[in-house]
Amino acid sequence: MALPYEFDYVKPASLQDALVLLAEKGQGARVLAGGTDLANELKQGFRVPDLLLDIKGLVELQKIEVRDQRLTIGALVTFSDMRSSELIRNHAHILYEAAGLVASPGVRNRATMVGNICSAVACMDSASPLLVHDAMVHCLSLEGERLVPIQKWFVDNRKTLIRENEMVTHVSIPVPSVKYAGAYQKMMRYTGEDLAAANVGVLLFADGRCHVAFGSVGPTPKRSAKLESHFKNKGVNKGSIDEACAMLPGIIKPISDVRASKEYRMHMTGVMLERALFKAIDRLKMPTLIRG
Amino acid sequence: MKKISFSLNGEQRFVYVTPNEILLDVLRYKMGAKSPKCGCDTGDCGACTILLNGKAVRSCLIFAVEVEAQDIVTLEGISRDGLTPLQKALIEHNAFQCGYCAPGMILSATELINSNPHPGEEEIKEAISGNLCRCTGYQPVIDAIKNATKKH
Repeated sequence: MALPYEFDYVKPASLQDALVLLAEKGQGARVLAGGTDLANELKQGFRVPDLLLDIKGLVELQKIEVRDQRLTIGALVTFSDMRSSELIRNHAHILYEAAGLVASPGVRNRATMVGNICSAVACMDSASPLLVHDAMVHCLSLEGERLVPIQKWFVDNRKTLIRENEMVTHVSIPVPSVKYAGAYQKMMRYTGEDLAAANVGVLLFADGRCHVAFGSVGPTPKRSAKLESHFKNKGVNKGSIDEACAMLPGIIKPISDVRASKEYRMHMTGVMLERALFKAIDRLKMPTLIRG
Repeated sequence: MKKISFSLNGEQRFVYVTPNEILLDVLRYKMGAKSPKCGCDTGDCGACTILLNGKAVRSCLIFAVEVEAQDIVTLEGISRDGLTPLQKALIEHNAFQCGYCAPGMILSATELINSNPHPGEEEIKEAISGNLCRCTGYQPVIDAIKNATKKH
């Protein structure tokens, strides 16, 4: 009935209290937000803590706001919150798009984006959109704030650069000063619940820059500098996209598992790259709103 | 043991739990609310769906200690004054066979209808996309929700 491990539970009333507990407990504490990954991990006996640190009482972590030309998303913001946020929809449409493809409403009502990148399972939906947007991860400890660019954040499957006395308070992304538009593509076996067998995020800028990121085709999601300079030099068109697809075997390293074979993942990543780029090109032509 | 109190189906209730107890188990075995079911126990199937502060969530992925001072509604709570129009429509359409997915399916649809009284077919499909049914193939469920929410 109960999990076969015992641990304490604390729901701190202030960020300061939470940080003090993290400093005291270190790896013995695990931060609980939505819990959709954490509860599963604890059921499997994976990294069972001495202390469950429930941060849902910290209202300052619930915010989505634009401040100093940066869109910030707090650690308690759920995927459902993101789906109903005009700010996300207008400033980072690709995140809005990806949030709607995370599992199903019953999970999105609880699961947070920050939790998603802290669990750092290779097939996560948030990573590619955050990567193309050059997001910054804001880690806080008693020693102060530490900023980690999302491109460095993911170290391995389920492994990030977070330190044991830190928690992520929010993620921020710069709002570009030029016009931009993105698209997210997720390959799954059926709608509702399935994890990505592969995913692609792209972001095009009016000044010709093109950001491309891949997820679930290697131990960590990542950008491809090689493809980005390819598109910068040759533009984004049918010919350059076909060339990019031919370059993919040197860029991504998919594996075969229960969800797809590596050959299928490789092929579909190219298909999704093309679809995402064409969608982004169309969106870039739109006058307003549906942009990034 | 911690004493937690919360609203369950409109009544203020309390219960003693340890932090490692899962909400689904506490609801079923300590509080008598048997409608949420354990299907997959990993948040994939939706059989354990409850409404937490009005939102459909997976009770198998929540620790009971987390719901202190929150508002929980299970299927028992939405039909206290008789079957809802949605439930009547589901019966008319013979939408369930074994019934295991029914409480979760009904609560997911209830959350949808509360915020969107006349949803379109795609919205209905999206709302119940995380509720797996292995008997009737979804179509009668979708038809019933459509019928219960159509504009008159």
